[in-house]
Amino acid sequence: MTTKSFGEPILRKEDPRLVSGQGRYLDDLGHDALAAAFLRSPHASARILDIDVTDALEVPGLIGIYTYEDLEGRVAEPLPLLIPHPALLNGRTGYPLANEYVRHVGEAIVMVIAEDRYVAEDVVDLIKVSYEILKPVVGIENAKAAHNAVHPSVPNNVSAHSVKEVGDARAMIESAPHKLSLDLFIERSACSPLEGKGVYAIWEEDSQELRLWSSTQTSTGVRAAVAAKLDLPLQKVECIAPDVGGGFGVKIMHPWPEEVLIPWAARKLKRPVKWSEDRREHFISSAHERAQEHHIEVGFDEEGRILGLDVTFFHDNGAYTPYGIIIPLITSTQLLGPYKPASYRVEFTSLFTNTVLVIPYRGAGRPRGAGRPQGVFAMERTVDAIAKYLKLDRTVVRERNFIQPHEMPYDLGLIFQDGRPLEYDSGDFPASMAMLKKMVGWDDFETMRSEYAAMGRKIGIGVACYVEGTGVGPYEGGFVQVETSGRINVATGLTSQGQGHQTVFAQIVADELGVPIEDVFVTTGDTRRFPYAVGTFASRAAVMSGNAIALAARQVRDKALRLAGEALECDPQDLEIVDGIIRVKGDHTKSIALKTVAVLSNPLRYAFDESAKAATQFAVGDTSKPPVPEDQEPGLEGKDYYSPMASTFANGMHAVIIEILPETAEVKILRYVVVHDCGRVINPMIVEGQIHGGVAQGVAGALYERMAYDESGQLQNASFMDFLMPYSTEIPTVEAGHLETPSPLNPLGIKGAGEAGVIPGSAVFASAIEDAEGFEIRRMPISPSELWELRRTMKENA
Amino acid sequence: MKPSRFQYVRPRSIPEAVMALQRHNSKVLAGGQSLTPLLSMRLASPEVLVDINGLTELSGIELRGSELWIGAIARHQEVLTHHLVQTHVPLIQQALGYVAHPVIRNRGTSVGSIAHADPAGELTAVAALLGARIHVSAQQGPREILAADFFVGPLESALQHGELVTGVSFPVLDATWGSSCQEVSRRHGDYALAGVCALVQVLDGRIMAARIAIFSVAGTPLVIDVMDVHEDHEKLNLKVQALIDPDTDIHATADYRRQLVKTLVVQALTEARVHAELRQS
Ligand SMILES: Cc1cc2nc3c(=O)[nH]c(=O)nc-3n(C[C@H](O)[C@H](O)[C@H](O)COP(=O)(O)OP(=O)(O)OC[C@H]3O[C@@H](n4cnc5c(N)ncnc54)[C@H](O)[C@@H]3O)c2cc1C
Repeated sequence: MTTKSFGEPILRKEDPRLVSGQGRYLDDLGHDALAAAFLRSPHASARILDIDVTDALEVPGLIGIYTYEDLEGRVAEPLPLLIPHPALLNGRTGYPLANEYVRHVGEAIVMVIAEDRYVAEDVVDLIKVSYEILKPVVGIENAKAAHNAVHPSVPNNVSAHSVKEVGDARAMIESAPHKLSLDLFIERSACSPLEGKGVYAIWEEDSQELRLWSSTQTSTGVRAAVAAKLDLPLQKVECIAPDVGGGFGVKIMHPWPEEVLIPWAARKLKRPVKWSEDRREHFISSAHERAQEHHIEVGFDEEGRILGLDVTFFHDNGAYTPYGIIIPLITSTQLLGPYKPASYRVEFTSLFTNTVLVIPYRGAGRPRGAGRPQGVFAMERTVDAIAKYLKLDRTVVRERNFIQPHEMPYDLGLIFQDGRPLEYDSGDFPASMAMLKKMVGWDDFETMRSEYAAMGRKIGIGVACYVEGTGVGPYEGGFVQVETSGRINVATGLTSQGQGHQTVFAQIVADELGVPIEDVFVTTGDTRRFPYAVGTFASRAAVMSGNAIALAARQVRDKALRLAGEALECDPQDLEIVDGIIRVKGDHTKSIALKTVAVLSNPLRYAFDESAKAATQFAVGDTSKPPVPEDQEPGLEGKDYYSPMASTFANGMHAVIIEILPETAEVKILRYVVVHDCGRVINPMIVEGQIHGGVAQGVAGALYERMAYDESGQLQNASFMDFLMPYSTEIPTVEAGHLETPSPLNPLGIKGAGEAGVIPGSAVFASAIEDAEGFEIRRMPISPSELWELRRTMKENA
Repeated sequence: MKPSRFQYVRPRSIPEAVMALQRHNSKVLAGGQSLTPLLSMRLASPEVLVDINGLTELSGIELRGSELWIGAIARHQEVLTHHLVQTHVPLIQQALGYVAHPVIRNRGTSVGSIAHADPAGELTAVAALLGARIHVSAQQGPREILAADFFVGPLESALQHGELVTGVSFPVLDATWGSSCQEVSRRHGDYALAGVCALVQVLDGRIMAARIAIFSVAGTPLVIDVMDVHEDHEKLNLKVQALIDPDTDIHATADYRRQLVKTLVVQALTEARVHAELRQS
């Protein structure tokens, strides 16, 4: 057998190229293109009275200045609302360029095209806009109070409202032996990929075709959106995602105003045009995530078993809802995690504010989190509160509420984000917890605590669990082709942002086809190569495209064995493929190279190369049939799709041991332990990397990052100096344990892994800080200054 | 984030540099680690940039009598690892360990950091605490400015338009002196929320002099003689707190910064004393 690569920690195929500066990110393309820069609103809420470009027109190198008035056709219409939902009563989207009103700082008002970006920015500086400044709505409290309106046509700033109930939670809580209520708040953060957004468009006047590159998580989506906006046949538009320096959710949103405007300008000017987002633009005009305020009522018995859980929460969706209300929907459905309360009620209200819109914040290109950190924070704080109230061990209360392995598949009675019933397919939560406790030394922690206390040091331990719906449908496709040179081309439509798709998809194909992994070349996110796709988000790439590619490879294998059987005059069942050679099992003298079979698969055989010459000795085909029989196609290639009935659910549990400095309230991480179940693992090193990246984002969201808006709607920390994305120095060493309960839902038995590290971040740190300090932690993130002030308040109140 | 148009001049001598600096709205470009971001964000739009990186005569680190001289284009990283600095003014290295990260220290200059007069800069505090002298070349000829007179306000120094800092000289500290730099920042290498440099002289196991410089809590580094109160932490704190006036911002409240100063002053003095004893043993 060829060395099996599925399950092996194979080095990433893409890395030599990426780490040696051979990567081609958006800004590396189109050096001769015209450059775009945008004048963006300095006000959170204002009416545009006048735009004066007199001085700006004098700048040498200026090509064009465009305002809303200049937009044509469908470009002048509001941007699409991508994901409508019955609960989204008042969805609103913006225009590519502001139409009279601006609703957040950073909203684009004027697009300038010039010979280069320097000139374009000079021009922007000279454009004078006069505004009637309106009173902004900033923060959930203000939005609820509704003294001012973000959109005059939307009453009370409410975009969406939803109530879901499984059982009669309110009655159950009422009659429960014990009750608690909690108020929990999570701040905004942002995706902050290292590479911002960017668009580059070439209009081919001769063929009336548009070729467009976008730093996106969905090239098929952008292609369709741009074709629709520019009124072009889909056939005349191609979209390519080049190397993408991270996405984390912000690049699944589409079309961004710039994705419409840049191609529009390129066509209008008949010249290539490029725009690369800068960091400040990214902070004030892309997307954030996460601000939510939760009120929880819970009823439970003496044992800590939850009888009724009633969660009411408010979600700050920013100024517009182009991506619908996915975040609160995910919070509401994924909040329960591994637990089975006897009844559950969840109600949310999504509110407009004069701030940047929100988008599911996700992982290293693969989605990360997206509404789940909030839900997990709410649920895990609740479980901790129950444990504290009953003076029970926090893990014991968790174990008593776990769904048990024999109850799988488990139907939670809710509808998931994919519109299908929320049913966990697999998972062994008690086993995960046992593993976590053992790894972190949970049962010995009190000894450790007293040892530290004896040295005057204060430590705490926290725990948090989550379940994550991954591999969300509807489908992805895969294409596998064997060239006569032996090179294997693989394509899938979804995009890569650094996750290692080139490697894991190649591993799958190498195993299915029995070829060396070096011969396998993977292309993602190029609509010229694979036009049908959804995109990379919700930890779905490995599950969706991985399975589709496996199915396509199996087609290729079947065809190859059939043709080889004809050539070698034996039963295909007796054949195996090892290192790219098809041979008779047990008789290695009878063999034919896979690349030679690729030649045989195509009746048109010019002898270009060695494989073609080698093929002349074999005869295939039935002379009583046409050269390409009715049910067959020339070439050794296969294409297939994978479309699951339902999402597959990964799960995990984290524990952290922290030390808090007595005088300065600084939090030091002593240990961080992750137990994780993503089903069958294709490449443990890559999964580990995803977990490390996720934990880094979890630490960031818990202890460092926030969006500091002032009351006038100015983002005060729109730079990496003040938006405290942690450095590697702030990130702990991650100790990870893997549990593999294969998903029964897909051929490869895999589940998603991209978001695992981040989801329980805020919950696990809140749990540990609370454990160390002894008082309740109800808001995250928390800075040393806030923790110190909280201590002081607690002391004063005591 | 592209700078507005400027002229770039790369002089080959100090007089040529000073000459170029006479032009309207000119600015010195040293390591560029503070200036380039300001240019890109258009918070500074000089018309002429005078790049001094070619003036190799300004790259030296040397002993000049009882002073250690650091030239204007000596990089943080060289200063951080230079044996003369380690032997004669170790406080500079103690402070530089907190300045940014290796890639920034490879370009950024220690003198540029002082010229920049950032109240959160560690080296401004070091210069102020040690009573360093800032050497300036101007059209009228050279002049010297004492650190005490140099720092005027946040990012504001006594430097006049058209002047070039050629180097900074620090008094050499013999082994009776010990020093320490302590700070708390949100992330490794960030500017401090609050920081303290301390300098003590120890003779026969007794403290003969004790001074501190506090940074990041006022518009300029604050030098305080604490000889009278260093033994009584309560009095020490009272004296210090009366002199500082920290701000509340998105990273920390003023009271938290006061708490940091309280903690850091004691830590820095304790460490400085240990350091003196170590140097003497
Ligand atoms: C991410 C990051 C983190 C940082 N963290 C810290 C930190 O923790 N602590 C810290 O102290 N610094 C920090 N810095 C700043 C760094 O130390 C700078 O290098 C330093 O402040 C300025 O030195 P420079 O040589 O880069 O000066 P430049 O950026 O070239 O110049 C800065 C200013 O000083 C003027 N100037 C420079 N040299 C002269 C001269 N010889 N004569 C007259 N004027 C001159 C320039 O005109 C300009 O106005 C950080 C920088 C970055 C990018």
